Amino acid sequence: MADNQNNSAALTVKNLSVYFGKNEAVKNVSLDIAARAVTAIIGPSGCGKSTFLRAINRMHELNPDARMEGEIKLFGDDIYSKNVQPVVVRRRVGMVFQKSNPFPTMSINENVTVGLRLNGIRDKKILSERTEQSLRMAALWDEVKDRLSAPAISLSGGQQQRLCIARALAVQPEVLLMDEPASALDPLATSKIEDLILTLKKDYTIVIVTHNMQQAARASDFTAFFYMGELVEFGPTTKIFTSPANKRTEDYVTGRFG
Amino acid sequence: MTAPNHNWRQFKDVLMRVITFACAILVVTPLVLVFYHLLKEGFTSINWAFFTQLPKPVGEIGGGMANAIAGTFILLGEAALIGVPIGVLGGVYLSEYGGSKLNWWIRFAADILNGVPSITWGIVVYGLLVAPHLPGFSALAGGVVLGLMMIPLVMRTTEEVLQLVPAGYREASLALGIAKWRTIVQIVIRTALKGIVTGVLLALARVAGETAPLMFTAFGNLGWARKLTEPIAALPLQIFEYAKSPYDDWRRQAWAGALVLLLLVLAINIGVRFLTRDRFKAKI
Repeated sequence: MADNQNNSAALTVKNLSVYFGKNEAVKNVSLDIAARAVTAIIGPSGCGKSTFLRAINRMHELNPDARMEGEIKLFGDDIYSKNVQPVVVRRRVGMVFQKSNPFPTMSINENVTVGLRLNGIRDKKILSERTEQSLRMAALWDEVKDRLSAPAISLSGGQQQRLCIARALAVQPEVLLMDEPASALDPLATSKIEDLILTLKKDYTIVIVTHNMQQAARASDFTAFFYMGELVEFGPTTKIFTSPANKRTEDYVTGRFG
Repeated sequence: MTAPNHNWRQFKDVLMRVITFACAILVVTPLVLVFYHLLKEGFTSINWAFFTQLPKPVGEIGGGMANAIAGTFILLGEAALIGVPIGVLGGVYLSEYGGSKLNWWIRFAADILNGVPSITWGIVVYGLLVAPHLPGFSALAGGVVLGLMMIPLVMRTTEEVLQLVPAGYREASLALGIAKWRTIVQIVIRTALKGIVTGVLLALARVAGETAPLMFTAFGNLGWARKLTEPIAALPLQIFEYAKSPYDDWRRQAWAGALVLLLLVLAINIGVRFLTRDRFKAKI
């Protein structure tokens, strides 16, 4: 499996360790993340799954005490190479956060295009095309097309989160990271986000951190189980949930701890 | 049913309520008294001439404080030009950049500066600009002293309101591949803009009434200042000069000047209320 998966890997992570000061949050993790598929990262709180996710677009560097070892390659490019700016990595690897965070000073369409506009794209035609395209991909277009200039914060919580997804898609990243994107939403909004994830994987590589076992089982193709900063088990989601190789994985996915 | 000392407890409760209420009323009493007194003494002297005419020579009745009112606005404009950019950018540094140790010292220094008596600021600028005739008593020196006083005020309030911007907005912007400086300007500052403007207005209101530092710098002028390098009139200075004079008409005008100054500060504060109310509405 490892061989043919390597060919279609979007991300190759080798011996990744992330430290915050003296605390080792991610310990020597190696795995390949398949392109155009959904990879779920599961594990109890504090197991390093969010840190792992943030290392993929170098967001962990916002913490001045953070330090990493190892290697992450994005379609063959070393994202930690000395001549690679974090800004460039983040344009290729988008992120959606647990708490929806549309910019409160901006309208719906301004939120969608902000990543383009603040990176120097001014062409109105491109911006409006990209607005519609991104909102359609985020399954929000029909709900907001008549009020694109309304304040983004006038949307409901679930709509705000889909707007954040549209905003991340508008800059056309290659990988989309999602840090518990539905954990603050009601079940209906959650199922919309899950449907969306399944649609988006046709075009995007998605890595999603989740606390919700059912969500991982429903929405992902591969699952990685993290525990105490270590990658305990990684494999196809069906295998992780039906016949895990590791006892701790089994205990976790069956709800015996965590 | 009730404990034996129930009434005594209830009494203590009421007593506490009455005492704290009385103190709260005492706090606002001076404002009412000041306002009432200024209206009573100053209102009759406020007329068109007060806003449009220069002071008349001693002995002549009438005239106004047009030069002092204009002077105050000019000085505040100069102060804003100096204090706002430096204060805001300094606050941005404290909030968005900077190591925590250096920040601690900068904050500490700013808090000390905020507590420096205003007359000390006057003497310092006197020593820097006035005594060496660079350019001596002048509108410029007056603007500089008020601007310097604004810097630590604006810096600390800017830092505080920027800290109120949730980290999620910064992260969302950075995760879009937007450069840090653009994130700060377009996302963080824009989100906190009303708070920053509020801080600037409060700093302006604070320095608008300063008198002592202007005595050493702007000096005052009974006519118009033609250049920024000439001494200039300001409301607080003119009030001070008129109030200590032996002439009834000047003292009447001092009351009127004080009323106008109070109304100016009040207007700024009402503007601040308006802005902050809007801000809280937008947050919900």
